[in-house]
Formats: sequence, C-alpha cells, structure tokens
Amino acid sequence: MVKSGTIILNTAARFLMPLQLMFSIFLLLRGHDEPGGGFIAGLVAAGAFTLYLFAFGVSATKEVLRMVDPRDLIGVGLLLGMISVVPAWFMGQPFLTAQWWTIPVIDFKASTPLIFDVGVYFAVLGSVTGMVMTLMEVDKDEP
Amino acid sequence: MIQFAVLMGFVLAALSPMLNHWFGQRASLVLALFPAGLAAWLALQAPEVIENGSLLLEWQWVPSLGISLTFLLDSLSLLFGLLITVMGACVLVYAGGYLKDHPDLARFHIALLAFMVSMLGLVLADGLLTLFVFWELTSITSYLLIGFNHADINARKSARQGLFVTVAGGLALMAGLVLLGIASGSWSLAEILDQEADLREHALYTPMLICLLLGAFTKSAQFPFHFWLPNAMAAPTPVSAYLHSATMVKAGIYLLARLHPELGGTAMWVGVLSVVGATTMLVGAFLAIHHTNIKKLLAYSTIMALGTLTMLLGIGTEYAMTAFVTFLLAHSLYKGALFMVAGILDHETGTKDVTQMGGLRSVMPLTATIALVAALSLAGVPPLLGFIGKELMLESVLGADSFRTLLVLFAFLASILTIAVAFIVALRPFYGKRHQTPLEPHEAPPGMLLGPALLALGSLLLGLMPAVLGADALLTATATAISGQTVEVALSLWYGINVALIMSIVSLGLGFLLFRRWDSVRGKLSVLAPVMRHGPEAGYESMMNGIVHFSEWQTRLLQNGYMRNYILVMLATLIALIGNSILLRHSPVFAVDLDVRFHEVVVAGTMVMGALFATISRSRLGAVVSVGIMGFSIALIFVLFSAPDLAITQLLVETLTVILLVLVLFRLPRFSNLSTSLERIRDGVVAAMVGILICLLIMTSWSIQQFEPISTYMIENSAPLAYGRNIVNVILVDYRALDTLGEMFVLALAAIGVIAMLKLRNNTKTTDSSKVAAKEPYDG
Repeated sequence: MVKSGTIILNTAARFLMPLQLMFSIFLLLRGHDEPGGGFIAGLVAAGAFTLYLFAFGVSATKEVLRMVDPRDLIGVGLLLGMISVVPAWFMGQPFLTAQWWTIPVIDFKASTPLIFDVGVYFAVLGSVTGMVMTLMEVDKDEP
Repeated sequence: MIQFAVLMGFVLAALSPMLNHWFGQRASLVLALFPAGLAAWLALQAPEVIENGSLLLEWQWVPSLGISLTFLLDSLSLLFGLLITVMGACVLVYAGGYLKDHPDLARFHIALLAFMVSMLGLVLADGLLTLFVFWELTSITSYLLIGFNHADINARKSARQGLFVTVAGGLALMAGLVLLGIASGSWSLAEILDQEADLREHALYTPMLICLLLGAFTKSAQFPFHFWLPNAMAAPTPVSAYLHSATMVKAGIYLLARLHPELGGTAMWVGVLSVVGATTMLVGAFLAIHHTNIKKLLAYSTIMALGTLTMLLGIGTEYAMTAFVTFLLAHSLYKGALFMVAGILDHETGTKDVTQMGGLRSVMPLTATIALVAALSLAGVPPLLGFIGKELMLESVLGADSFRTLLVLFAFLASILTIAVAFIVALRPFYGKRHQTPLEPHEAPPGMLLGPALLALGSLLLGLMPAVLGADALLTATATAISGQTVEVALSLWYGINVALIMSIVSLGLGFLLFRRWDSVRGKLSVLAPVMRHGPEAGYESMMNGIVHFSEWQTRLLQNGYMRNYILVMLATLIALIGNSILLRHSPVFAVDLDVRFHEVVVAGTMVMGALFATISRSRLGAVVSVGIMGFSIALIFVLFSAPDLAITQLLVETLTVILLVLVLFRLPRFSNLSTSLERIRDGVVAAMVGILICLLIMTSWSIQQFEPISTYMIENSAPLAYGRNIVNVILVDYRALDTLGEMFVLALAAIGVIAMLKLRNNTKTTDSSKVAAKEPYDG
C-alpha cells in the first residue's frame, strides 16, 4: 500500500536524508555535553531512512544502504556496547568504568562512553529501520 | 591451573566438530587424549593427597567480589575424578567404534565432553554454588545425551523424564545447599568440613537434610525416584556405560559421601539412608529379573548398586565406609564393562533381548571372556574386586547398629537376585544353543574391546592384588575422608570363614538356581504386571498430566490472545499493588499548592481533550491522531520545564510511533464495537482508577522525602567525574551504563522478534490456509 511518494516528497527526501543523517551524527557527537546522544541520534537517523522509504520504497532504500542490512546494524550496536566494557578490564578497574583518552593531533576526546553511545546509536537505528522496512516489505506483498 | 585445564574441556567440546572434520573416525581417539591426560595428572597428585589429606586449588576469578573457582582435591574427589577421566577415555574410544559412520558423531562428542567436564567440576568443586552449577550442567548435558536419537519419540520422552526428575531434585538441592551455607556460615566445602561447630545440632539440620537428600536421591535414582534410570536406557550404549555406571548417577552418592562427616550419623540420617538404600537395593534387583532387554537388566542392577551404596553410607561404621569405597570402585569397573559388552552384543547381533541370543562364545570369544570376568565381579565371586566389595558389604550389614534384621534380609535377597542377573548377562548370550539373530555376529573391532577389556582387567587385578599401584591406600584414604575418622580395614580376598562368607556361598548357589529357572520365574512374575503399573512412574505421569492441565487452564484464563484482557489484568494488578501501598501504608496527600501559568493550563487541557477524543472517536485514524496530540503535548511540557533531551526524544518517538501505526493500520480489521456497554463501563472504571491512583501517587511521592535525591550527586559529579555536561546522557552512558546495555539487548530482541514474526507470516502466505490466518485479527 505504501508506494513511492509525490514529486515534492521525492525531491525533499533526496535532500533531507543526507542532512538528517549528518544532523544525527552531529547530535551523537555533541551528546555528552549538549542535548543529543546516541538514542536521539539513532532515532533521527532512523527517521531519515523512514522518510526515504516512504518516498522511494523498500528496494530503492536497500540500494542506498548497499550491503548493509539494518538487522546487522543491531548486532554492530550490541557489539560496540560490549566492546566498550573491555578497556576497563585492562586497566584493572571494575566493569564498565569509563576510560578517557585524548587523541593528540586533532585534540579529540575519545572515550568508552562515546563508543558505547555509538553502539546505542546503531542498535536504535538498526531496530527501528529494520522494523519499518519489514513492515513495508510485508505490505508490498499484500494483494 | 587445573581449573583451566578442566574448563578447557568446554572449549574442546566446542572445537570437536572441527576435529571430527580433520580426523574423521579417529576423532574419538584424539579426544580421548584429553581425559587420559587429566587422569594422568590426577594420578600424579595421588601420593600427595593421600599424605596430606586434601589440596585446595584456588583460582581467583572476580577477586573484588570474593568469587573464586576453587577445587578441593582430597582422596574422595580424586577417586571420583579418576573414575570420570579413565572411564571417559574408555568410553570415547569405545564410542568411536560404536557410532562409527554415525552422521551425528560430532554432536555426540560435544555433549559427552561437556558432560565429562561438568561431572569433573561437580566432584572437584569446593564452593557450594559452584557444585550446584556443575550439578545442573550434568543434568542438562545428560538430557542431550539420553535424547541423542532425537528422532525417536521414546528417547525424547525418556530424556525429558530424566531431566524433570533430576532438575526437580536439583531445586531441592539448591535449597539444601543454601541452608547448609547459612547454617555453617561458609560456602566452601573445605571450610565446612574443617569447622568445629556441629551442624547436627543446628536448628536448620532437618530441613537442610531433607532438601539435600531429595537432590541426591533423585540424581542417584533411589526408590521411589528410580524409574527414570531404566527409561534413560534409550540413550546410545556408550552413554549408558558412562553416565549410568560411574558418573551421573553417582553424583548423588558423591554428595552424600562428601557431606557424611558433617551431617551423617544422626538417627534421621541413619534411618532414612539405610531404609531407602536397602529398599532401592531390593527393588532394583527384583525388577531386574523381569526384563529380558540386556540394558534394562543392567540398569536395574545399577539401581541395586546405588541403593547398596546409599545403605552403606547410612550404616556408617568403619566397615561400611571401606565397603562403600570398594563397592563404588568395583561397581564402576564391572558395570562400565558390562554396559559396553551389552553395546557390542547389540551392535553385532542387532538385538538387545538376551533370550534372542545364545552360543555367541564361539564367534566372539574375547567379548565372552570380558563379559564373564565383569559379571563374576558383579556376582561377587572371588578373586574379583566385586567379591571383596560384597564381603565387606555383608560384613557391614551384619554389624549395623539399627535395622539390622531388615538390612540383612534385604541384602541377602538382593544378592541372590543380583547373582542371577550376573549369570543371565554373562552366560545367556554366550553359552547354550546358537540363535538366529538379526545380524550375522562376529567379534567386535579392537576399539570397542579396548575399553571393556581394560575395565574387566581392573576388576581382576585389583581383586587379586588390592595393593597394586597403591589402590588400597587411595581407597583407605577415601574411606577415612568419608567417615571423618581414621579407617583401617585392609582389603583382602580372605577374611576367614565368617557369616558373610557363608551368606555369600549360599546366595551364589541360590542365585545360580534362579538363573536356571529364570524363564519360568519370569512367566510367573508376569502376573504382577497390573500391580507394577501403579508404581512411582504412574505417579510421575499423572503429576505431569496434572501440570499440563493446570497450565492449559491458566493459559486459557490469562494468555487468551485478547489484547484488552492483557491490559485489563496488568492495570488491575497495578491498581491492587499501588492502591494497597498508597492507601494503607502511607496516607495519600490530596492538597497540593497549584501554581500554574495560563499556557500550562492550555497544554494540559489539550492533553485531556486528546485523551477524551481518543476514547470516543469512531475512526481509528482519529484515535491515532488524538493520541499523537497527547504525545506532542507531553513533549511541550518537557520543553516548558526545560528538559530538552526528553522533549526531543518524546517528539521523535511520537513521530516514529505514528509512522509505525500508519503502517499497521491498514492491515487491521474494520473498526467495530466488540464490547458490550457493561464491559465499557468496567473498562472506564478501571481506567479512571488507574488515572486517579497515579495522580495520587505523584502527589504523595512529592510530599514524602525519605532519602536525599540522587540527582544532586549526579549533577555535581557529571562534569568533574564523567567529563560531560549533559546529565541525561551521562546517566545513560556512564552512571547507568549497565542498565542501558541491558536495554539495548531488550530493544534488539524486540526488533528481532517483530522482524521474525512479520517474516514468518510473509513466508507462510504462500500456503492457502495462511490467507485466512492473515485476515484474522490477532486479538480477535
């Protein structure tokens, strides 16, 4: 039942999706200090793909995603979440203690909470996009 | 790091499909190196263990929580460890022949290795909870092994029965171990065994003992829980040879022996263990001669042996302790060998029925010899180890302090029956007239003969020379460890002419007589069949049926597939719980100072309007939109109270919810009124009550301040400790990161569930019937 959209929606989606994705990454990176964070950013990114889905349908969106299956993103997110647990072990500190490093040249604060937040981002993005996409795929097959 | 070596077995189990791929049929031999290596290590520790009593091998695991994986290696666990590893190596080699060319050999290796490691962990564990974990692991892995032929409904049923009985016992055991931990104030077996305080005087002694005994009796197939063991013969024979001779079923016996120094000797212990043990012994031996299936014969005789061991622990004298360890070792050796012989017979002739076999001695001379040696040990004929075990057993029964007459009578009858079983197993298939069998029999391959030959040789050697390789020293040390006092009973084939010897000789004669008349006796015993049907197994069956009926009933009541009923139940529970605590425990606060601005009233009013319209709307889209209005108003409230993160999240979630709702809206059935007006009133009342209660809860919790709010701490420390100024995010990824990690998994599971269910429906759509299913609403 959800077919490709109107000209206005199509044109808007083509421009809005990259913007939304960039905005989501912006939200993800600033999240620790300003409003934002992995969960919100993941939802925004999922919104971007949903918009694209509505405008161009499932197969076109799959092409945009290339080899990436949203379901795999869920796994990537969980994996990143688990990876962020590990560094504390090497430092001999309790499970999940945050570790902070400064990358010298670009003066970027890297940390395990950031890795964790990226994990949340992917898990949310993968879950929501996966669900919406599957729902639309089911629709497509309906007589 | 023996812990590491033992736990490597799990890794090896995981890798065994790869080994199967590389080595093919020889994988069994390669895998057998693992238990063989462990056996060698254990044997090397023996002198030190016998010398010093016990070794405590500690491996700190989570030091900050005081969690360690500690192994307690004393003579008892060493003896069991040696049995497990040596038998394990034999069984692996044997299985390589028995399951040759079996497509699922790799799966067998995985389960068997996992079981072996669990069993080793069980006997070596020092921590009570570690012991429990390994105990449950043996139940689970043995379930996989019994149900190995999963295409057979009988195997599945037996595996399930074994699992239910042992896991139910496992629950009791857990309670018992926790009580033991509380009563003794320690979770380490070594400390419990060392401490001065007498647990027998403790107020928790009786409940603790009952729970522990339930666990041990179910695992070790004591009457009336014995019925699962013969059914477990549905397993492939290597499994029976391993699990049902020396390992799994002896776990309960091990536990009793382990705790005997601390808990044994009371009137309750002596009474329960001697009577239950003796009953099991006689029932097992009596039921054995009903059967012509060689594996069932052996299974019931195993029940007899397990009963004997329990009884000996109950008697608890010096003689009984020596008898216990000797009988334990002797039984493991001969029963393992006999099970393997049974497997050879089944494998070569194609039948398990001993009455269908005969005269096989000429074609299988080696198997016949092994069977004869092992069976003579079972019968207790000199010069085999079984004879020493039986002599000591009869001696200790004669010296029992309580129930002496009963025990002597039961032991005498059981030994006659056991001797008959031994002759049936060893003579019937191999001597007499040749019978036509489904397969043309010939001698088993060397791989299958090696294991039973070794075990039979062990029975013979240890009988002739108990001192060989320091075996008697280990047995005496074990007896000492179990009894708690020094035991000095030497093992010997000759204790002089005494009552025990005379009983032995008489029972041997009567047993042989019974063997000769077995066919007619079996015919006469068949009149008992109607009585047998009302045994403990019938009780188990009716209990299981009862559970199924009960769960059907409660599923119909609670899990009926109607969304509205689920919500009703949940909300009613909420009302009951919150209402109870808010009205009875705290006095609700009704008066609140309202300081509201005009725009706040407008937002709140919009929400109320949205909610009202959603309930009375006659179109589904209208309802969705008005619920959406409520959601956006909530976001607005977050904005008004300066919570930008929450507002953004609320907006995004609300948007995506509307999108998802739109996607599913079209597949829902036509909007119609299903409930009567009475039901609508009821729903309205429930909804109103929930609303009022939540409102009261918020107002009350505002006025009750029992603790300093944690938000102060979080606000103060978010920048200095967590290097972040956005507290919401810091809470999510740092303060409460573990919660978030859990929620990520929940989210992932939910998404996978949704995707899987939708895909599943998608796939079934190709069939005709699913069309109807797709049209039918899930909640209608």
